[in-house]
Amino acid sequence: MNGILMHAPALVIALPLLAAFVTPILGRFNYKKISWFVSAVFGVTLLLTLLMAGQILTNGTIVYVFGGGEAGLALPSGYTFPIRIIFQIDAMGIFMALITAVISFLAAVYSISYMEDYSGVDKYYTLLLLLATSMFGMELTGDIFNFFVFFEISSISSVALISFRSTFNGEPAEAAIKYMVISSISALMVLFAIGLFYGQYGTLNMAAIASFMQFTKLDKMALILFLTMLAMKSGAVPMHMWTPDAYSEAPSAITVVLVATSQASLYALFRIIFSLYNVTLNTVTVGWILIILGVLSMFIGVTMAVIQKDIKRLMAYHSISQTGYMLLGVGVGLAVLANPAALASYGIKAMEGGIFHIINNALYKGLLFLTAGALFYRTGTRDLNKMGGLAHNMSYTTLFYIIGAAAIAGIPPFNGFASKLIIYESVYQFNPLLAIIAMLVSILTLASFVKIFHSAFLGPQLEQYKSVQEVPKSMVFAMAVLSIIIIFFGLFPNLIVKYIVHPAVMALINQSHYTSTILGGM
Amino acid sequence: MIGEMSRIVRTMTNIIFGFIVVFGFYVIAHGHLSPGGGFQGGAIVASAFALLLVTYGTEVIQQYIAKDLLSVIESTGLILFGSFGFLGISATYFYNIVANSGGLFGSPTVIGVNPGDLNTSGTIALMNIAVGLEVLAALGVIVLTMSAAAEIIQNKEKS
Repeated sequence: MNGILMHAPALVIALPLLAAFVTPILGRFNYKKISWFVSAVFGVTLLLTLLMAGQILTNGTIVYVFGGGEAGLALPSGYTFPIRIIFQIDAMGIFMALITAVISFLAAVYSISYMEDYSGVDKYYTLLLLLATSMFGMELTGDIFNFFVFFEISSISSVALISFRSTFNGEPAEAAIKYMVISSISALMVLFAIGLFYGQYGTLNMAAIASFMQFTKLDKMALILFLTMLAMKSGAVPMHMWTPDAYSEAPSAITVVLVATSQASLYALFRIIFSLYNVTLNTVTVGWILIILGVLSMFIGVTMAVIQKDIKRLMAYHSISQTGYMLLGVGVGLAVLANPAALASYGIKAMEGGIFHIINNALYKGLLFLTAGALFYRTGTRDLNKMGGLAHNMSYTTLFYIIGAAAIAGIPPFNGFASKLIIYESVYQFNPLLAIIAMLVSILTLASFVKIFHSAFLGPQLEQYKSVQEVPKSMVFAMAVLSIIIIFFGLFPNLIVKYIVHPAVMALINQSHYTSTILGGM
Repeated sequence: MIGEMSRIVRTMTNIIFGFIVVFGFYVIAHGHLSPGGGFQGGAIVASAFALLLVTYGTEVIQQYIAKDLLSVIESTGLILFGSFGFLGISATYFYNIVANSGGLFGSPTVIGVNPGDLNTSGTIALMNIAVGLEVLAALGVIVLTMSAAAEIIQNKEKS
């Protein structure tokens, strides 16, 4: 037990990675059972992540050194610096890993029924496991080159998954090529920025780079590259063109995981800004850049969403808009980072709102995409004009949809309300106009989800959907679990903020703690 | 890539093929001593497959090299790579416990100028072999699939 706990950071990566390559071999013997095997692996990974979370939230940061006991190498001069690949998992990292673990587990369970009739499912599961591995890697690692490697794995596996046999008239291949171009460019530019760090400081360990950070011209270039490329991968507005295509063409279970993937990129952006640069950069300027990106994403995302007729495309535009809330909350926190009084009075609250919104968005967005997948599974269409009266036949799906829609629109007592309220209150103290825009966006969000509800679920039973039944049990299970978590988070937001979100925010803000965990012993 | 190429090409391929494969495996096995390693050696072996495909055509080669078998080898290589990491789990994942242990690839490394002892470096050599297997199978599958696709396109254009 103790050994498992000690090696949990490695096992979280190694288990899905090994399972990814065991799956095709198992598929030769028993093709039908591999979906259960994959779900079991994700279940074990979720347990490991929960164990790690318990340990981190009680005892503090975990450091895991791959390939040796000692992190550092002592030079003859007595100077020591970190050389090995180090996983440095603090409250923020484990917060993201929890999201990944929950979402990928439920996506795998949902896929048991959803992907049953497709051929080549063994390859689908291999890619899904690789995608989950890469997300864990991006979130847990303390080595910036290691981050790049996992970033590339996530791009490659999600490209293949987006284009995985979709039969609806859309063009999955086009969406996948778009995403491939976007992610190759971003990966190359991220590598270039990492090269700038390595050329100057001669180390790839994030804590070491943070402690050496001078904020030279080259560091500014690296910051611009990281900011644009990671914002592009997380789907913030001027670079959002891939999001609607990729999200709507991918199989629904994959769309949910893609939401988590783009949030992992968002996490990397926050990690680099807060842990690597922190107050060395001009926090007001960069904070306002994040705020403007956020406001643009919120507003343009939601206005584009209202006019869509394709249910998944509509939801995809909403995930752009929800990313805006996170950028707004964290941007306000960054803008006042150098001002301790403002940081204490509303900066930390704003960041709590932004970070809390990440997990809330993963939950309700996941639930909504899964209900869209359930509708597609039974009706074979994503066109809202062709649906109608489905509440007569699919009562569970309707219930889950109502929970998800109420949560995303910020209606109490669901989780979206909690994080949005924190954002409104704290952002209002920073700049009232921003809070008003955020509220307006929330109203438009409600409008567009009422539109889906009206055209897909309400109305008389249609002739062609008379024989439609409720979706299979595994899909209902995945949606039910998400709904329960959403209601729990909505009823007890103070507990979640206090025990999970607040430590995560403090881990981001407190840079000296991040660097001293690695360099303190040297 | 339909059909065979001329007798000259076929004869040269028959002679060279073995050498390329042996050289590829040499690069894999000496990955921890000389430039190259698992990936590079695997790519060299896969290039021998490509040579066969160009010379003899897709149809003939598909009878000898099964895509399914290559897929299994690919997965096996990757599973081996991941499992070798667990060998050192008593310290940490990927800890090189085989080095200097005396067994296979376990001789102690000689410091200083030496002719190069193959039997050193522990898990690094084992992992090179695993990666070599994976890469030769994966690139082999890619080359086979591409040539099969090219054949389909050529057949379409003809008809």
